[in-house]
Amino acid sequence: MGNPAIIPITMPKWGLSMQEGKVVEWLAAEGTSLQPGDQVLDIETEKIANTFEALDAGLLRRQVAKPDDVLPIGALLGVMAPDSVSDADIDAYITEFQASYVPPAEAEGDAGPDYRWADIDGQRIRYTVVGEAGPAVILIHGFGGDLGNWLFNQEAVAASARVFALDLPGHGQSGKNIRDASVAGLAAVVVGFMDSAGVADAHLVGHSLGGAVALQVAATAPARVLSLSLLAPAGIGREINGRYLAGFIAGESRRDMKPVLQQLVANPELITRQLIDDILKFKRTDGVPQALEAIAKGFVDGDAQRVDLRGVLANGGIKAQVIWGDKDAIIPVSQSAGLPANVAVHVLAGIGHLVQMEASSQVNTLLKNAL
Amino acid sequence: MARKILFQQAINEALDQEMARDPSVIVMGEDVVGGTGGDGEMDAWGGVLGVTKGLYGKYGNRIMDTPISESAFVGAAVGAAACGMRPVCELMFIDFLGVCFDQIYNQAAKFRYMFGGKARTPVVIRTMIGAGFRAAAQHSQSLYPIFTHIPGLKVVIPSSPYEAKGLLIQAIRDDDPVIFCEHKALYAMEGEVPEESYTIPFGEANVVREGKDVTIVALARMVSFAQKAAEALAKDGISCEIIDPRTTSPFDEDTILESVENTGRLVIVDESSPRCGMAADISAMVAQKGFEFLEAPIQMVTPPHTPVPFSPVLEDLYIPGPAKIEAAVRKCMEYA
Repeated sequence: MGNPAIIPITMPKWGLSMQEGKVVEWLAAEGTSLQPGDQVLDIETEKIANTFEALDAGLLRRQVAKPDDVLPIGALLGVMAPDSVSDADIDAYITEFQASYVPPAEAEGDAGPDYRWADIDGQRIRYTVVGEAGPAVILIHGFGGDLGNWLFNQEAVAASARVFALDLPGHGQSGKNIRDASVAGLAAVVVGFMDSAGVADAHLVGHSLGGAVALQVAATAPARVLSLSLLAPAGIGREINGRYLAGFIAGESRRDMKPVLQQLVANPELITRQLIDDILKFKRTDGVPQALEAIAKGFVDGDAQRVDLRGVLANGGIKAQVIWGDKDAIIPVSQSAGLPANVAVHVLAGIGHLVQMEASSQVNTLLKNAL
Repeated sequence: MARKILFQQAINEALDQEMARDPSVIVMGEDVVGGTGGDGEMDAWGGVLGVTKGLYGKYGNRIMDTPISESAFVGAAVGAAACGMRPVCELMFIDFLGVCFDQIYNQAAKFRYMFGGKARTPVVIRTMIGAGFRAAAQHSQSLYPIFTHIPGLKVVIPSSPYEAKGLLIQAIRDDDPVIFCEHKALYAMEGEVPEESYTIPFGEANVVREGKDVTIVALARMVSFAQKAAEALAKDGISCEIIDPRTTSPFDEDTILESVENTGRLVIVDESSPRCGMAADISAMVAQKGFEFLEAPIQMVTPPHTPVPFSPVLEDLYIPGPAKIEAAVRKCMEYA
């Protein structure tokens, strides 16, 4: 299409179920010179509100979408181009883009998200995979989460890898009958999942409890781990916010859950009503309260963690990075101090526990660098 | 695993899963097995609309056809509930509940209160509501306000397949008598429903759509009409918040009041008659507890105070459809 100097900014696809997004407001004015990671505009989906950050460097010449516009994924939001491109060329580019653009819902039909299923030891595991070629990456969510926690990450990392995201047992749409709710039991399921998916070795990315699970996999099956990216991980320090876990398990209504979930982020606006409703729906599924209790008991006792896997990182040779928000209210960022020299530590300023959502583009860059 | 199924399949799945989980759950009603007279078991229809189809083959005598004697079998279900069973009793049309009203409002609703809190009556009465089926005045009413009026009864009105399954499972597990109202026109509605069992608590409204200009409260079929109206209004820059109370007893006042505090405007869409109906009830509640939030008079979108007409033209006119909802919202917006 036309002039190669013109770079379109299009509606991102955040998560498998996203079909369209609503433009909330532009954060970058026309004429702003953008760097990758700069905030461009706020977008709201039915699940979540987030800031879209620039993927490429360039000069923002045109804001095509207006606030309150609801647009399908891939629709034109704005145009970047150097000064040398004339306004007329940009107008022509926009006209051509709009004329040839086909919304994916119309192009592919309403097929819904492409979830897949694996049977690991009698436990049904839901997963998704994105990406054609390259090394395998496995994304492991934290306590009470699901594969949707990676909605800003999975596609981005999949540019150069096959990226799997799974629901741990008792979570998301995986089976709620947990054979062994300990961290070791969950790690065994991840290894079983790798076997069933034909993945010999993988880069493991674990958030929170998922970090402890990834560390446990590295401890028991080191040959199958290419690297560890641990996001605000459990398993490397003692302290954890036990009230958060207790509140997550006990919360019965939106009113109960909102303040609990807001502890996950530095910016409380990320916790939308839809997000809270989705978590309540999950918690009201038969077997979930019992599963969550059992898993919590497996790694936490009050405000103390029961699993110490810090030694896994000390066992030289392993390629690992730790990514943590300095506003983490669940597991203190101070636990990232004093790690062995082979572990790269990235502390992100102004970010809470849900680091992969709140600082998605920074995290995506770090995850891609680890491949 | 969530997949798309019909409203009536969601009801069937809830019954199936609860019968499998708890042997005290039984199903009874007119034609709920269907076709079992003589050697006809193979033909089992599962009710006039096939909602209970397949349950007889799985659960045998735990699902039973009853004579056309509502006062007898509803009374039997209430008695069985008081003796430890969890009957799900189907009474085809809510219009017919009149013939067994004593069993419902003077017996089932009162046991817990009159036996010092020691009696439980975990009975569910499933029944169809709503106009639009060309079924005339005796098969088309939305009489849920009558049951909402009676302390001791819980009244549940699902608006989608997801709601239907979760609310019915909750109803079966609840220890009080529940009137479960299924709008006929929703049976063919398709929606995403998890395969697993799940519950939706009573007394928790669902915010179907978020908006900032006008709050629309709607029940049952009216929820999808409100959504249509809201989509049309959005094109003119009017942003509607839609709230589905899901249960009229218990009733979630807080979610409505919080919404009206934000929007300042309230439209209530109710398919029951306007006098002493849900719209009047909700309107009174907001006028009392949220008066200072209101920037415009509360609008009630209801049918006229008449029986449901048999004439198709008049029946269509009777039903509070999207156009009437849209007009009511625009009227609210005239007050700056």
